[in-house]
Amino acid sequence: MIGVISYLVFFATVASILSIAVLGLNLQWGNTGLFNGGVVAFFGAGAYGTLILGGTPQAGQMGGFELPYLIALLGGMVISGIVAWVVGLLTLRLRHDYLAIATFGVAVAFETVMRNSDWLGGAQGIRGFERPLRDALGNGFSYNLAFLAFVLVVLIGIYLFLERLIASPFGRLLRAIREDETAARSLGKSPSRIRLTAFVAGSVIMGLAGGLYATFYAFISPQDVLPILTFQIWAMLIVGGAGNNKGAVMGTFLIWAAWTASGWALSRFAPMDVQLYTGSIQFVLIGLVIVGMLMWRPQGLFPEKLVVSQSAKDK
Amino acid sequence: MASMADPLLRIRNISKDFGEFRAVNDVSIDIRTGAITGLIGPNGAGKTTLFNVLTGMLKPTSGTVHLDGQDVTGFAPDALFGLGLGRTFQIPRPFARMSVLENVMLAPMAQLGERLWGPFLEAAKMRDQEATIRKRAMEVLEFVTLAPLADQAAGQISGGQMKLLELARILMGDPKLILLDEPAAGVNPTLTKTLIEKIEELNRDGKTFVIIEHDMDFVMQHCDPVIALAEGRKVFEGTAEDAQSNTVLLDAYLGAQVE
Repeated sequence: MIGVISYLVFFATVASILSIAVLGLNLQWGNTGLFNGGVVAFFGAGAYGTLILGGTPQAGQMGGFELPYLIALLGGMVISGIVAWVVGLLTLRLRHDYLAIATFGVAVAFETVMRNSDWLGGAQGIRGFERPLRDALGNGFSYNLAFLAFVLVVLIGIYLFLERLIASPFGRLLRAIREDETAARSLGKSPSRIRLTAFVAGSVIMGLAGGLYATFYAFISPQDVLPILTFQIWAMLIVGGAGNNKGAVMGTFLIWAAWTASGWALSRFAPMDVQLYTGSIQFVLIGLVIVGMLMWRPQGLFPEKLVVSQSAKDK
Repeated sequence: MASMADPLLRIRNISKDFGEFRAVNDVSIDIRTGAITGLIGPNGAGKTTLFNVLTGMLKPTSGTVHLDGQDVTGFAPDALFGLGLGRTFQIPRPFARMSVLENVMLAPMAQLGERLWGPFLEAAKMRDQEATIRKRAMEVLEFVTLAPLADQAAGQISGGQMKLLELARILMGDPKLILLDEPAAGVNPTLTKTLIEKIEELNRDGKTFVIIEHDMDFVMQHCDPVIALAEGRKVFEGTAEDAQSNTVLLDAYLGAQVE
């Protein structure tokens, strides 16, 4: 029994962390219409940044500054934001699929650089992170429960932040730019600045998710920032409902459950020679989910609400 | 206040090339304050291109535009809206997946909540401003007869209603000069009538209009002066009456019909 609960805590922690990344993508794609095909680059920048800032020194590697946990997380977000700002300046003039291709390229470049830079861990990745409060909580179940609680607090905080943001004139402006940039310009708005703001803000949130992820495992490597993670995060948003934060979180839990269950089922029930291809089959499945959803229910399970930012009659 | 003799919009020698093709050729027009100027001409005459130059969507190849005495040549559309120039589109451009009311509430410039931190650091002030904007938006929707549709998706209303919505949006910016690109095209007669009433009412309140329109009855009844373009050039400027008896103009239209 404790094994099942223990697993559920683990599952909920990873799903909550991924939810944060999906919320970041929702700000970019769902609200602003920015087709970020390189989610893992910003997730990864936060993950690497946080471990470098908060980890213990390792021979031949940069970092190990052992900064306090929250500072390291914040630092990871800042690094992710800087990367996003530079990438945004270079690519945000592109639209739709062109932006997706460019950002996808950025993410692949990011992974390649990490894999080939020994001072950033190389293919082995970065280890060496002292989990905060370990002395007080021990290393077992209670620690994992406490970490889940912390992740949930962060998730709720981000959720409330975004809900408030999209219900404001800022959110209205994002949606208008998504719907019709030319019309928005003709009404006195300057879309390029707002697109960059939304891109950086969404990426900072992804970076926060990356920082939580890396510190949860006390490890990050190029294997964690492969393009498949971008597609998983996209599938979560599309299934849940782009433009709807609740949908983004629900979609994450649903897809992460389906992903985990399919991996388990394949390794348990599939014939031995098929099992070798478990990963590849899962890739195909995630692609099918994205395509199927776009064909039959493009608005997702929780469609965007129509009336968002026209302020309650009299508050 | 500028004297009535000074044009609100002063267009001098505007040309616009697309590669080899000269879409607008050396056009000079004075738009009189308080007038409803009709801009006519066959398809391809350069009317919409001229509009796009005037509203900053295209940069002119040569020539200058002055708005209220200020040189605004090559200004961006958002800057021009801020200076009091509003425009609608030939094919309406609603923010389709937003409510009609949100479409209108978007338009006011410099809203506190438009900055990332506004909703958090200036929440109280933002709410006050939102209440004011909402009230004003409902008044404007009332004016253009769209108030009952406030909570509808803007992409779901009729084409004519979209044109009224575009008018409502720019009215939120309290523009001095309003450019309408074929407001009556594809709109049912009842809504066209509503639109004309609103234009005339706004005009009586001092708003200046420039209207591209193919519907000659519309132009002859409501526009003065009338300006005609053909093949990128200005070929006529005068009253509606003169326009009807002008042979050059008739030629231009006949030429278009042969095409």
